[in-house]
Order: sequence, then C-alpha cells, then structure tokens
Amino acid sequence: MKWISDEKLNRLRTIVNEPDFSSTKYTFVKELGRGGMGTVYLAEDRELNRLVAVKVLNTPDITDDLRRRMIREAQIIAGLEHPGIVPVHDVGTLPDNRIFYAMKFVRGLRLDEYAAQGASLRDRLRKFQAVCDTVAFAHAHGVIHRDLKPQNIMIGSFGEVLVLDWGVAKIRSEFHQSISKDPSQSVAHQTMDGTVIGTRDYMSPEQARGEIDQIDERADVYSLGAVLNFLLDDKATNTAKAICLKAMAHERESRYATAAELSADIGRLLDAEPVLAYRENAFEKVSRWVGKNRFLVLLILAYLLMRIFLIFTSRH
Amino acid sequence: MSKPLIGVILGAVLGAVDGLTSWFTPEVRNELGSIVIGSTIKGIIAGIAIGFFARKFNSLPIGILFGSIVGALLAFPIALMQGKYYFQIILPGTLVGLIVGFATQKYGTSAATAN
Repeated sequence: MKWISDEKLNRLRTIVNEPDFSSTKYTFVKELGRGGMGTVYLAEDRELNRLVAVKVLNTPDITDDLRRRMIREAQIIAGLEHPGIVPVHDVGTLPDNRIFYAMKFVRGLRLDEYAAQGASLRDRLRKFQAVCDTVAFAHAHGVIHRDLKPQNIMIGSFGEVLVLDWGVAKIRSEFHQSISKDPSQSVAHQTMDGTVIGTRDYMSPEQARGEIDQIDERADVYSLGAVLNFLLDDKATNTAKAICLKAMAHERESRYATAAELSADIGRLLDAEPVLAYRENAFEKVSRWVGKNRFLVLLILAYLLMRIFLIFTSRH
Repeated sequence: MSKPLIGVILGAVLGAVDGLTSWFTPEVRNELGSIVIGSTIKGIIAGIAIGFFARKFNSLPIGILFGSIVGALLAFPIALMQGKYYFQIILPGTLVGLIVGFATQKYGTSAATAN
C-alpha cells in the first residue's frame, strides 16, 4: 500500500473544496472567508481581466428557500447603489447547481482590524459615521441589515467604508416590490417569528428574543451602538459614551429613531457641538467651547498677557 | 453671523477693552473717557475694513495679515499724536487687528452667492 503525504492530501482537500467555475467567466484564486450561508472566494474575471469576490452557496443540495435567499441577497445589494455598499456584478449557477454572485473585490481591513491598528478615536468616529450614513441609505430603501458588526464592515485601502454581508437583511413590506418584480422571488418577511438572526454581542434585545415583527430600523441602530461601543476607548468623552448608551437603549423607543439621527449626533460630536444624547453642565459647555476655539482663546490670552506686560513695564 | 458684523462687534469690544487699559497709565487716566471712545471707534473702523476684506478674500493667513496691518496702521497716527507710547499703542492695536482678522475668517459666514 502506498501512503499519500500530508502535503498531497492537503492539496487534494483544497481541490475538492474549490468551486467549479468552469461554466463561468471566473477563475478560482483562493478562499477569502466562510460564512453560515456561503463562502466567499477571490476569483479572476477573465473577460474584464480583474479580480472579483464570488460568494457561493455552501451546499449544492439547496432548498427553494435557500436559493431564494441567496438571489434575494444579490438583489438587495444590487438595488442599493451607494459608495458604502459593494456593487454586485453578476449572478448565476455553478455546474454543481450552487448559486453564486460576483461582486467587487475590496482590498482593505475589517473594522476590527482597522481599530486594532491604532487608528485615532477621531478617525474611528469618522469611519463609524460613514457606516451610519450607509445604513441610513439602506433604511431609506426599506432594507434593514440585521447583522451589523465590525467583522461586516470593511475599510478600503483609500479609507472608503463598506458595509458587507446583507444575507440576513429584512426588506420592509412596503419596499419589497422594488427589490424584485417577481413575487415568487421576493419575500418581505422570510424569517419565521422566533428565529434568532444576527450576532449575539451586536443584536438588539428584540432580535435576541426572536421577535421578527418587532425588528425595524432601530434594531440596526442598536447594532450600530454596539459597534460604536467596540470602537470607543478609555479616551472617549462622556458625550461619546452617552451617544452609545442612547443607541443601545433596551427599549427601542428610547433609541435614536433612525441611523441618520445617530450619524447627525456623531457629526455634532466631531464638530464639538452639543449632542442630543447628552445634557452638558456649564463647565462642560465652557470646556467644549474652549476646545473648539482653541486658537482664538490663545490669541486673546496672548493679548491679555501682552497688556499685563505693557502695564507692568510702563510702571517701572 | 456675517463677516463685517463679526468684525464690527469684535473690533468695538476689543477696542473698548484696549482703551480701558489706559486706566493703568496714571498720566492719561483723566482722559480715559475720550481714549475709550476713540479706541472703540478705531476698533469699529478696523472691524469694518477687516470684515469687508474677509468677505472678498476667503483665506485665514491673508485675513490675519490684513487685520494686523490695518490694526497697526490705525494705531500709528494715534501714537504719532501722542508723540510717545509708540510701542504701547501700536502693539496692542496690531494684536487686536490680528484677532479680528482671524475671527472674521474663521467664524464669519460668507455672503450667499446668486445662481
């Protein structure tokens, strides 16, 4: 009997796991990541000579529901044309009957990796605001992400912010027609009540209880608050912490009503303006004003010092 | 707030403060009222000039430079009339102009442009 070396065995394993792109215009390059529903591969688009990310459904034994979900995800992303959402280029079926869709390959870091690299709090807040704006755009188009977390947010090599993984997104009923014209392909409430969707540390209480009907934009606001909490460090001011607490309020009525409202408060925080989430005392108001107008305060101080100097010298 | 308005308000306030500090110079203390009025008017004139300049030229360094020059130029004749205290009059005047120049560029809103 002839033994196969570990190296050869690993190679065989890799080949077996590789998706069969033979009927498509893509060439397999490598695996990028594996999720619950699908695996994302790096592939080369031979026609356009560019790299793309291809998401392939994990199993060929798919139910109609799973197939619908995958197509629906592609449709959701394709319907949301925004710089913060990765564009979908193509959708199709592999020879083994697995559904795939190709999208732009984003070079960069995940938000958690970006934060670990020591980005300043101000930079992290700016990126976070861009995430809020992207989510607000999706909400305006009736799409609720339901799985916002640092691992689903990418910072591109030019600083662009992209929200990924819309696989468990919910489309509000009044909007689902715009996602797909075919009613059999588009189901607004695909998830049964009682099903828990999302990531434990980032999901809202109503999501954790599986109350699907209760999930609206404020569930994403809660997740955004959890992402903000992840980004804040010891240097975070009381104001930043208050924004985080308001976004993560247990009762959804107490949260920001929309991601746009949360984004606006982050903008005010960055501009040293008073925020909705926090009532400042007089000392904090003065410190904020001084912090914002540091140069003017320094000029006036310089003027007063000069005045004192002139008074002192004129007396001697 | 418009740039000229910021210039006028800040020029008047700083001009008045500038004039009030002459109280610490005993030789001119009996002329305090006229010094404060003159200094306030000088501040307002400087504020108007710097404010309108800021409306035409949207640049922080140029605004600061222009403010300093206007402050110094307006203070110079007063020092000349006094015949002394050149340093004590021109230096604060220049600094007031500098502050007004900075504030008008930094905090003033530009006039809306017609389409």
